[in-house]
Amino acid sequence: MTWVGNFYRSAIGKKAVMAVTGVILFGWIFLHMVGNLKLYLGPEHLNEYAHWLQTLGSPAVPNKGMLWISRIVLLVCVVFHIHSAVALTIVNRKARPVGYRDRDYLAATYAARTMRWGGVIILLFVIYHLLHLTTGQAHRDFIENDPYHNVVSGFQVWWVAAFYIIANLALGFHLFHGLWSMFNSLGLTHARFNPWRRNFATAFAIIITAANISFPLAVLTGIVR
Amino acid sequence: MNLTIHVWRQKSREAKGGFVAYKAENISPDASFLEMLDVVNESLIEKGEESIHFEHDCREGICGSCGMMINGVAHGSRGKAMATCQLHMRHFKEGDEVWVEPWRARAFPIIKDLIVDRSGLDTIIQAGGFISVNTGSAPEANMIPIPKPVQELSMDAAACIQCGACVAQCPNGAAQLFTSAKVSHLGLLPQGQPERYERVVRMVEVMEEMFGSCTMFGECEAVCPKAISIDFIARMNRDFIAAKFKSQKEISVGV
Repeated sequence: MTWVGNFYRSAIGKKAVMAVTGVILFGWIFLHMVGNLKLYLGPEHLNEYAHWLQTLGSPAVPNKGMLWISRIVLLVCVVFHIHSAVALTIVNRKARPVGYRDRDYLAATYAARTMRWGGVIILLFVIYHLLHLTTGQAHRDFIENDPYHNVVSGFQVWWVAAFYIIANLALGFHLFHGLWSMFNSLGLTHARFNPWRRNFATAFAIIITAANISFPLAVLTGIVR
Repeated sequence: MNLTIHVWRQKSREAKGGFVAYKAENISPDASFLEMLDVVNESLIEKGEESIHFEHDCREGICGSCGMMINGVAHGSRGKAMATCQLHMRHFKEGDEVWVEPWRARAFPIIKDLIVDRSGLDTIIQAGGFISVNTGSAPEANMIPIPKPVQELSMDAAACIQCGACVAQCPNGAAQLFTSAKVSHLGLLPQGQPERYERVVRMVEVMEEMFGSCTMFGECEAVCPKAISIDFIARMNRDFIAAKFKSQKEISVGV
């Protein structure tokens, strides 16, 4: 297994790991967003979906088994995604100890330049999000196994909704650059499909952000209550 | 035209540097940026001051010697694929304030004023090693057929003049565009195949000892005087990842 360590020690290896873990996290975020759309179908549908997630794979795996497997996979991905990012940031800072008096960006998008701080915002949001809607410590009126109630009563607090919206905008920018960049990190370049990479990243960044932001907005405007 | 230029002056590697303002007067709009510096230098010499040191050679955009940050952009041309010598003063306006800085990277220590030591790039080339060719008289040029698009892609990469603008412009001080161009122009051709995977690993390892890593900002591509595409970076990543997945015996790395 020494080659795994050897591979991860290189910067290109770290970028490849960042891309693979990123794509797993992206896939999960997409499914999470699709599942949450059940909010618009009413309490029974969303709660039934939440119950289904807990019993998924049963009886082959115990209750909440699949939930814990996915949680462990996600945690491993998050750890490697952040570790590779931090390690590479340190390397990059060292590569330019003295900066320029003023520098101008010609090609770098806002999304590309905010990847690091965007990532920090997303991490803080995820911690808050888990305490808010999964475990309930950060929720004023948390009812176990009633996600519909928890979501709606949670988003009725305006600053909670605002934080969700800001964090999801940060996620949108992160995905806009990350989903495109990962193709390059993994060496996936192809003359015919190269324009699709940008479109893919743009489309999914917009779809995920728009849907995620719609949930707190729908509660705030009273469309969902 | 008349401008004010703020130039980074630094006596030696260890000396502390700083910006010094100079008046560039009666400059022709048809003069190149280097010719403008020549005019300023002549006036400095007349006054008995030390002239501004900068690197230059061919002055037609093919040698890669010249290069400086002009108003925060490498080579100063803002996406027009030019070396500093190809940038003309007509791109500036009467009375402009122009800030001129050397390339900045840990791997590019300043030798004097605007001249930096770019030998780190040579080290990457050296790490690439040899390619297997038969000695003796020159082989017939058309002995190995190569498809036209492959030839052209290889030539696009080989157009790199090693000026270092990609490193200078990269917010991470990364030499990925340079290294990927050098890896790809051989890696695409049949003559480069025997050592293809060995070469990419060696060059990348040496590159990573000195330079930063890629975050796909695309800044390097925008300032490259030869407009080399960042697709080559993806190509290098693919070869490097492929090399790491191959058995050591297959590519004889470290044997």
